[in-house]
Amino acid sequence: MDLASAQVIGAGLAAIGVGAAATGVGNVFGSFLQGALRNPAAADGQQGRLFIGFAAAELLGLIAFAVAMIILYAR
Amino acid sequence: MAAEESTIDPMHQFQIDPIVGSLGSPFAFTNSALWMMIVLGAILVFMLGGMKRELVPGRWQVMVEGITGFVSSMIDTNIGPEGRKYLPWVFTVFIFILFANLMGMMPFGVVPGVHPFTVTSQFTITGVMAIISFSIVLVVGFWRHGLHFFSLFVPKGTPWPLLVVIVPIEFISFLVRPFSLALRLFVAMIAGHILVKVFGSFVVAGLNAEGLMGPGIALLSFVFIAGVSALELLVCAIQAYVFALLTSLYINDAVNLH
Repeated sequence: MDLASAQVIGAGLAAIGVGAAATGVGNVFGSFLQGALRNPAAADGQQGRLFIGFAAAELLGLIAFAVAMIILYAR
Repeated sequence: MAAEESTIDPMHQFQIDPIVGSLGSPFAFTNSALWMMIVLGAILVFMLGGMKRELVPGRWQVMVEGITGFVSSMIDTNIGPEGRKYLPWVFTVFIFILFANLMGMMPFGVVPGVHPFTVTSQFTITGVMAIISFSIVLVVGFWRHGLHFFSLFVPKGTPWPLLVVIVPIEFISFLVRPFSLALRLFVAMIAGHILVKVFGSFVVAGLNAEGLMGPGIALLSFVFIAGVSALELLVCAIQAYVFALLTSLYINDAVNLH
C-alpha cells in the first residue's frame, strides 16, 4: 500500500473520533436541557458551565480532527 | 498526494502571501497582517461609534454597551471584585477573536480574486494570545501567593495515597491549558472553513459536470453551505466567548486559589 492510500485511510479512521465527540457534545447540551426543563429558574445561572462543558467536549473532537489533518497532509 | 488534490484544495484559503517584502524576512507585510489591520479598523469603527456617551443611548451605543456589560459581568461572576484589573485583557481577547472570526466569514469573495482571511486560523496568533493569558495566570499567581501557588494542584481533603496520583495529573492538566486554549480556537476556525470550501468545490464541480445530476448536486451543496455558514457565525461567537470565559476562569484560579 503506498503512502497516499494509507494517508487517506488513516484520515478516515481518525474522523471516527470526531463522531465520538459529537456524541459527547450532544450529551452536554442534552443534560443541560433536561435539567433546564425541570427547573427553568435555575437554568440561566448555569449557562456559563454549559459553555465550559461544551468547550471541553468539543476540544477533544477537534484534536481528533487535527490528527486526521496531520495524517492526511504529512509528507 | 493524489491527482484529485488539484481539484479540491481547501487549504489555499489559509496560505500566507507577502504583500510587501519576501516570506523569509521578519518584516514582511503579509495578507495576515493586512487582515489584522482590517479587523482593528472594524473594531475601532464599532467601538467609537458607540462611545458618544448619550444619557439615553441610541442603538449603536446599546450594542457596544451590551458587549462591554456582558464581558464585565462575566469577569465579575468568575473572578469577583478583584477581577476588574483584568477586564482590559479579557475584553481585548473577546472582541479581537470575535471580530477576527467574523471578518473571515464576510462575503468578500463576490469580488473576483479576493477572499476573506481568518486571522485566528493561524496557530501562531491564537498561540500568542493563549501564551499571554497563561503568563498572566503564572505572574499573578506567583506574585500574590509565592510558592503557596502550588497548593492549586492539591485538592482539599484528599487522602495521602491518592495525592501521589492526583498531583501529577493536576499539574499536567494545568500545563496543557494554554495549548488547549490555542488549539480549540484554531481548529474550530480551520474545520469550519475547510467544510465550507469542500462543499464550495462540489458546487463548482456540479455546475461543470455533464448530465442531469450536476446542477441538482450543486444546488443541494449551495443550500448546505448557507446552513453551515449560519452555524459558523454562531461558532465564531461561541469560540470568542469560550476563550474569554476560560481565560477569566484560569485567572480566577490564580487570584483566588480555589
